[in-house]
Amino acid sequence: MIKSELVQKIAQANPHLYQRHVELIVNTVLEEITQALSRGDRVELRGFGAFSVKNRPARTGRNPRTGAKVSVEQKFVPFFKTGKEMRERLNGGKL
Amino acid sequence: MGEKTVTRADLCEAVYQTVGLSRTESADLVELVLSEVADCLEKGETVKLSSFGSFVVRAKGERIGRNPKTGEEVPIEPRRVLVFKPSAVLKQRINNGAADKTD
Repeated sequence: MIKSELVQKIAQANPHLYQRHVELIVNTVLEEITQALSRGDRVELRGFGAFSVKNRPARTGRNPRTGAKVSVEQKFVPFFKTGKEMRERLNGGKL
Repeated sequence: MGEKTVTRADLCEAVYQTVGLSRTESADLVELVLSEVADCLEKGETVKLSSFGSFVVRAKGERIGRNPKTGEEVPIEPRRVLVFKPSAVLKQRINNGAADKTD
């Protein structure tokens, strides 16, 4: 499923809403999560999962082809941990 | 980092402020977005949300694990796990935002 299909499904379930409003709703949800993560905040959605930001400290890497040392700057990467209910649903209620 | 935890309530508030529906309806719609994504993943289907990232369901085979306390071998059953692959846009926005906070 891609974003436009998600929008379509929600629009079908809510015939009183314009498709562009549904699009705005989906985008607002994703934008809010993105903004939270850019502030370094955590996003916890019970039953679904939690998004957080992990710090990757600066390190000296190597160009695998030439073996030359290169400095890799510190960076932040988004991380998602699956929620308990979601994990159970993926495994037919077990785990 | 990570001073605050954003929850469903914050997402509902953002939808309420942006879209101009009632609070109740905003909350129902946020819930619907999440449940549609979850339903799709439960079926094993990938969900791709452009400029955000994709959720992929992976099947893991059985393997032998070990209880770290007792050293006892226990089989880990085959299972399905959910993996989130952030898009390039999301990664970039996180680093731009984070760059301001770091000394």
